Amino acid sequence: MNWLFHLGRYWIFMKEMIIKPEKFSIYWKQFVRELDNFGFGSLGIVALTSVFMGAVITIQTVYNLVNPLVPLEAVGIVARDSIILEFSPTMMSLVLAGKIGSSIASEIGTMRVTEQIDALEIMGINSSAYLVLPKVMAALAIFPFVVIISMFLGIFGGWVAGTAAGVISSSEYIMGIQDSFVPFNVVFALIKTITFSLIITTVSAYQGYHTQGGALEVGKSSTNAVVYSSILILIFDYILTQLILT
Amino acid sequence: MIDLKNISKSFNGRVILENVTSSFEKGHVNLVIGGSGSGKTVMMKCMVGLVDIDEGEILYDGKPFSGLSRKERKPFRQEIGMVFQGGALFDSLTVEQNVMFPLNMFTRLSLEEKKERVNFCLKRVNLENVNNLGPSELSGGMKKRVAIARAIAPNPNYLFCDEPNSGLDPRTSIVIDNLIKEITEEFSITTIVNTHDMNSVMEIGDKILFLFEGKKWWEGSVDDILRTDNKEINDFIFASKLAKAIKKV
Ligand SMILES: Nc1ncnc2c1ncn2[C@@H]1O[C@H](COP(=O)(O)OP(=O)(O)O)[C@@H](O)[C@H]1O
Ligand SMILES: [Mg+2]
Repeated sequence: MNWLFHLGRYWIFMKEMIIKPEKFSIYWKQFVRELDNFGFGSLGIVALTSVFMGAVITIQTVYNLVNPLVPLEAVGIVARDSIILEFSPTMMSLVLAGKIGSSIASEIGTMRVTEQIDALEIMGINSSAYLVLPKVMAALAIFPFVVIISMFLGIFGGWVAGTAAGVISSSEYIMGIQDSFVPFNVVFALIKTITFSLIITTVSAYQGYHTQGGALEVGKSSTNAVVYSSILILIFDYILTQLILT
Repeated sequence: MIDLKNISKSFNGRVILENVTSSFEKGHVNLVIGGSGSGKTVMMKCMVGLVDIDEGEILYDGKPFSGLSRKERKPFRQEIGMVFQGGALFDSLTVEQNVMFPLNMFTRLSLEEKKERVNFCLKRVNLENVNNLGPSELSGGMKKRVAIARAIAPNPNYLFCDEPNSGLDPRTSIVIDNLIKEITEEFSITTIVNTHDMNSVMEIGDKILFLFEGKKWWEGSVDDILRTDNKEINDFIFASKLAKAIKKV
């Protein structure tokens, strides 16, 4: 892989983006559009995956805690911490990489192969900034909320599944999720979310922007966007966890 | 008037344009013809600054254009309109928003004034009551006309059209060709049109430049082109059996 070439070109792409907008109003319109797109557009899938994820984590934790000396409350603690620290920020980002990353890459890729990007440039618009900046800003603004909603829904899903299956009582679970709560975990989760938002939007935009050819290549860019942003999310998940939590 | 002085362009060591010199006059439709892959689109993109040339010089009414930075090109931007091969309308915007886009960019007109200008331009290309349609709801010919309306909206002095009638039926092609010719003369624009359609050549060509493998092979008027005995140009013009039969007569 000529990853050095991509790294260099990605860097140049990022640098071109940091400019003074030609006309603030046209950027603002795009920003609002993306906010709606990313926020409401992803709530459904995020809600669904979060509830089920919380349910599975809770039942699995009960199943693994066979030691009668450990109180069942611990299930609530473990479920809460794994949802807040790992599942909501990382898994939701992977889900968003699939949903939003692929749509960013195919939208920008289509604009490239149909010369819409050239049409923007002709009008003196810095196309990389115009197409990417509002998306990055919208993702940074909305993804933290999406992830926080996912945390609540995940913990809620655990409660529903645990009590419905009769493996943990409602009061034990609720006591557990309130026990020894570390607020910094939420801060850490948001730091991860912000990093992942940047990865999803810029990597996918980069893939779309440098599409060459036609419809087939747009599909490839879209796949690459998901693959590369997912890999980078996992790598940065590891790096950030190592740096901040140890 | 646009002047090209010895322009050359290579991609990854492959020469696409070689030492092309020519000039295109104001108020005329200047045609660049050539087979596909001969470098017409690349030459047009060099002229508008989407692709940087390797060597040579491009002048807009005597003012140097090539070699300028993005910022230095800014004053030229409002003067340039371009119609791309597939129309290149913005998918996420309606017809009206597409035509208004350059006005938002370049002017400080009020919304009413902009709407008025949009309707004037749409009317000029014989499109009415399509303002709120999306590009996917338009036919090929309508897309091209909206693209022309968007290109002329900010009153450009230079108009570039890349194969404006590719993919259109012969009748719609002639309508589009004539529209370009009328607009060029009406607003005294320097117009450059890429085409490989001989109907366009006969219909609207004021000056014709024939590109062959990235080189300027021939240039002249419509009358000249039918009389030239240049082999490549005859192969190009009289490619079909019908055309060969006509030439014999
Ligand atoms: N960005 C590019 N990178 C590399 N080669 C290119 C690029 N754009 C065009 N070419 C090549 O330049 C040649 C001329 O293309 P073009 O100008 O599109 O021809 P046409 O006369 O059909 O418009 C083609 O062989 C094409 O492959
Ligand atoms: Mg072409």
